[in-house]
Amino acid sequence: MSTIRCDIVSAEKEIFHGNVSMVIATGEMGELGIAPRHAPLITRLKPGQVRLKLENGDEQFFYVSGGILEVQPQVVTVLADTAERAADLDEAAARKAKDEAERALANRTDAMEIADAQNQLAQALAQLQALEHLRRSLKH
Amino acid sequence: MAGGREIKTKIKSVQNTRKVTRALEMVSASKIRKAQDLMKASRPYARLMRQAIGHIARANSEYKHPFMVERSDVKRVGFVVVSTDRGLCGGLNTNLFRSLLGEIRGWLDKGVEVDMVCIGQKATSYFRRLKVNMVGSVTHLGEKPQIDQLIGVIKVMLDAYTEGRVDRLSLVYNDFVNTMTQKATVDQLLPLPPSDELQSTHAWDYIYEPDAATVLDHVLTRYVESLVYQATLENLASEHAARMVAMKSASDNATKAIGTLTLIYNKARQAAITQEISEIVGGAAAV
Repeated sequence: MSTIRCDIVSAEKEIFHGNVSMVIATGEMGELGIAPRHAPLITRLKPGQVRLKLENGDEQFFYVSGGILEVQPQVVTVLADTAERAADLDEAAARKAKDEAERALANRTDAMEIADAQNQLAQALAQLQALEHLRRSLKH
Repeated sequence: MAGGREIKTKIKSVQNTRKVTRALEMVSASKIRKAQDLMKASRPYARLMRQAIGHIARANSEYKHPFMVERSDVKRVGFVVVSTDRGLCGGLNTNLFRSLLGEIRGWLDKGVEVDMVCIGQKATSYFRRLKVNMVGSVTHLGEKPQIDQLIGVIKVMLDAYTEGRVDRLSLVYNDFVNTMTQKATVDQLLPLPPSDELQSTHAWDYIYEPDAATVLDHVLTRYVESLVYQATLENLASEHAARMVAMKSASDNATKAIGTLTLIYNKARQAAITQEISEIVGGAAAV
């Protein structure tokens, strides 16, 4: 039986890698079954299962919350999303990033304790450097 | 005994500083490994994504996505700056910002305006003092950055690019070469730099579902996100490496300083004793 290479990855890890005889996934326009020698295709995936038929007839299931399916003559690639994605969620995230920037610009005198502690440590380090200089000048 | 007590206090304080720097050094040494693991885990996605983009670039599509078209008239450029949240990592951020400032000055001289989004506390607090237009920021990503923490800032820039407010987009971060070396890097994100791979010999194109515009939009957005995510992880590993090296040299300096101070202290003590004896002897001789 002919097989095709299949890679399933998400941004944070590799999920599957190997030869399969068929990939079944939920594309945006409906269920897709990709057999070897399929024409090049690229589509978005809907949240759902990706089913793999392995060489030995076994099946494996993976859940993806969306992503991209790319079919090339020698390889099928599934680039899975890790996060839940929706247009309005993305919009909210973008708004939050903008707010964050504005807040940073507004809080010019925002005194942080951590920054203070770090300043003190930085001063101590500077003193160390000065002492190092002193040591060198003493030697000469 | 002149200054004996003062020298003692100084030695104590340097010892305390050394304790802190030692601790920071060891913490970074353990975190660097985790950061490198994260970096490795995210590489397959980045590699396959790059491969897919390479295919797309070579497909003979009638549709050209705006992300792939070079714009002739550049009026405003965007930067995505990846920095650390915390300091005490040597010259890591400073070097990065310096090379970025050179870049920015180059654009400003040409009359091109600059927009930027900052990832990390250090960039945010540095660039808010400068007269650049900061349109987005995200801080406190922690030790395990997730891609959904970055979606917001990336979308701000991609929207700006799509709507034509920004004509070029670059990514600025520290590339992790090895523990001793981190390289400040400025990469062009958009428009996608043309790949140097050979054009395929026969004309082919994908079947796009539902259509080329929607799919390419989706794919290219994910691509940019994966690049920024990868850069964030590189920067995180660089941060820990730089901090480890900086803290190690600080600890070494502290050890040397303690040695010197102890020497000075002993000399002072000896001088005091000698003086005391000679005074006693002198006194006895006078009697």
